[in-house]
Amino acid sequence: MATPLVELRNICIAFGGIKAVDDVSVDLYPGEVVGLLGHNGAGKSTLIKCLSGAYRMDSGEIRIDGRPVEINNPRDARALNIECIYQTLALADNLDAAANLFLGRELVTRFGFVDEARMEAETRRIMQRLNPNFRKFAAPVKALSGGQRQSVAIARAVYFNARILIMDEPTAALGPQETRMVAELIQELKRQGLGIFLIDHDIHAVKELCDRAAVMKNGQLVGVVRCADVSEDDLLGMIILGKMPEHLAV
Amino acid sequence: MSDTARPAAAPPRRGLLETLQIDTRLLGMIGAFVVLCLAFNLVTDGRFLTPRNVFNLTIQTVSVAIMATGMVFIIVTRHIDLSVGALLATCSAAMAVTQTIALPQMLGLPLGHPAIAPVSIVVGLAVGTLIGAIHGWMVGYLTIPAFIVTLGGLLVWRNVAWYLTSGQTIGPLDPTFQLFGGTNGTLGEFWSWVLAGLAVLAAAWAIFNGRRARQAHGFPVKPLWAEAALTAIIAAAILGFVATLNAYQIPANRLRQMFAARGEAMPEGYAAGFGLPISVLVLIVVAVVMTVIARKTRFGRYVFATGGNPDAAELSGINTRMLTVKVFALMGFLCALSAVVASARLTFHSNDIGTLDELRVIAAAVIGGTALAGGIGTIWGAILGALIMQSLQSGMAMVGVDAPLQNIVVGSVLVAAVLIDIIYRRRTGGR
Repeated sequence: MATPLVELRNICIAFGGIKAVDDVSVDLYPGEVVGLLGHNGAGKSTLIKCLSGAYRMDSGEIRIDGRPVEINNPRDARALNIECIYQTLALADNLDAAANLFLGRELVTRFGFVDEARMEAETRRIMQRLNPNFRKFAAPVKALSGGQRQSVAIARAVYFNARILIMDEPTAALGPQETRMVAELIQELKRQGLGIFLIDHDIHAVKELCDRAAVMKNGQLVGVVRCADVSEDDLLGMIILGKMPEHLAV
Repeated sequence: MSDTARPAAAPPRRGLLETLQIDTRLLGMIGAFVVLCLAFNLVTDGRFLTPRNVFNLTIQTVSVAIMATGMVFIIVTRHIDLSVGALLATCSAAMAVTQTIALPQMLGLPLGHPAIAPVSIVVGLAVGTLIGAIHGWMVGYLTIPAFIVTLGGLLVWRNVAWYLTSGQTIGPLDPTFQLFGGTNGTLGEFWSWVLAGLAVLAAAWAIFNGRRARQAHGFPVKPLWAEAALTAIIAAAILGFVATLNAYQIPANRLRQMFAARGEAMPEGYAAGFGLPISVLVLIVVAVVMTVIARKTRFGRYVFATGGNPDAAELSGINTRMLTVKVFALMGFLCALSAVVASARLTFHSNDIGTLDELRVIAAAVIGGTALAGGIGTIWGAILGALIMQSLQSGMAMVGVDAPLQNIVVGSVLVAAVLIDIIYRRRTGGR
């Protein structure tokens, strides 16, 4: 098979004496969605934060396109075209959609001032594609619904040509219609060749959206399975018991 | 997503205010200010709104207003600065020592030499910016709460100022330096009108340029008459303000001295107005620059984003620690600028200069709508807040309210203003 887009190798990170992530290795290929499953505190979010630059791992290696990389902060991650959509929606509530979309990467005029009109135009253009119902361009995102806020967060990742997308429970706060919208979007991004890590509690959603699933328990990797090879019960068993399903166990 | 569907239906009838798209908050504050002025004017039999009092009111407001614009950024990023009054004193002391002791004695420049004022102002601004940056470094990188850093700073800088001057009052300050004080440095009627004209043109250009930019991208714009009306109101306010300042006549004695200084005799019946004080011009420049920083630069964006959600800002790749250093350094710079105006107005440096200014500055920013929870605040609001505080204070003094009662009223107004703001935000869905 081709070179993986991302290789997480033997990642370890501890807080105090507790090993939050203990020697975990996971790959991600272009055009693939890998689901990360596990209980609260299993270490999925912590693992992925090493990739997004929010945490620094204690030991291990991250490779992108086969080359080892250093990710010390979110800026490094962005420079490698890694984009995150966080569970807690990393939006500044007091700013409007355009300001949030371009946060940290504002478009500027010749004189170095932020170009509000151009940013609003770009935002309108991309929202037309992602969420045609979106109209509240002047309101602070505080005034938006969960789905609208989520589409702003996704627009941000899409606009800047992410190659690696990290989605931490992207549908946690959404209604059924909005969840479907996000699912369609994931399929679309997959077709464009992005690699996506999807962290979710919803086994059903993971089975439906992901190519492979990595299950974690108590900071350790239980195993990585192809979603086509397992049932939802198998996945549930992996999460609860921390063991590979029998028909896959070697 | 039900709420997005609604605007698509028949557009609701829009009120006048909505069509003009004027911030109702701004309107409320201006309204409160106007009512306040008219009330004092009534009680004082028309003494409150004389050109003389308006002139004095503006020059008294400048020092606090300059610092309040910086305090907006501090509070918006969820910090506080309790040391601004003390920092002002240290900057003022540094400048007073530079111009009366260091430069004359070390470089042999006599008081009145043209280099004295610029050099000492540069020294003062550098001192203020440096101290501010140190505060910011302790808050941002050492993660000591700003409340503690600046509470310490309040004690430290107040008494560093004392040491710099050995506790003495230093004066008189350099005559050129004194031009920044208010009465001693005004533009005169002609240049005030020229400036007013330029300001009107600039405002009109800004409004119509913004309109053109929106039209170029096909965004909705206000009706033309609304833009024109807004421009007319702004123009009337600018021209009215300058006309008032120009109407304040320079006393005959003073004019005679001015002519005598040039070795001329004053013509019979000669009269001249003060015009725009240089200190007020400094405030206007600060207000414009700070507004541009807040709304048109990345730095300003990041200040508000950090205040709205520090984690989001950090995750978006904003260096929030360095941002904190910059915000406090800017505050220090503005304290130094205020120190120029404040000491020049007194014509000397005294130990107690800027005492309690930290409270006036914070109150001005808060009355002006800056939310202590962070993320919300405007430069014009803080300046208007400073103006309202100063009007209250001097209006009550004019009416003859006892000094203790004055402070009781000002304190109550501060709390009431914030309450009204909270209720307003709740009603309008928080903007």
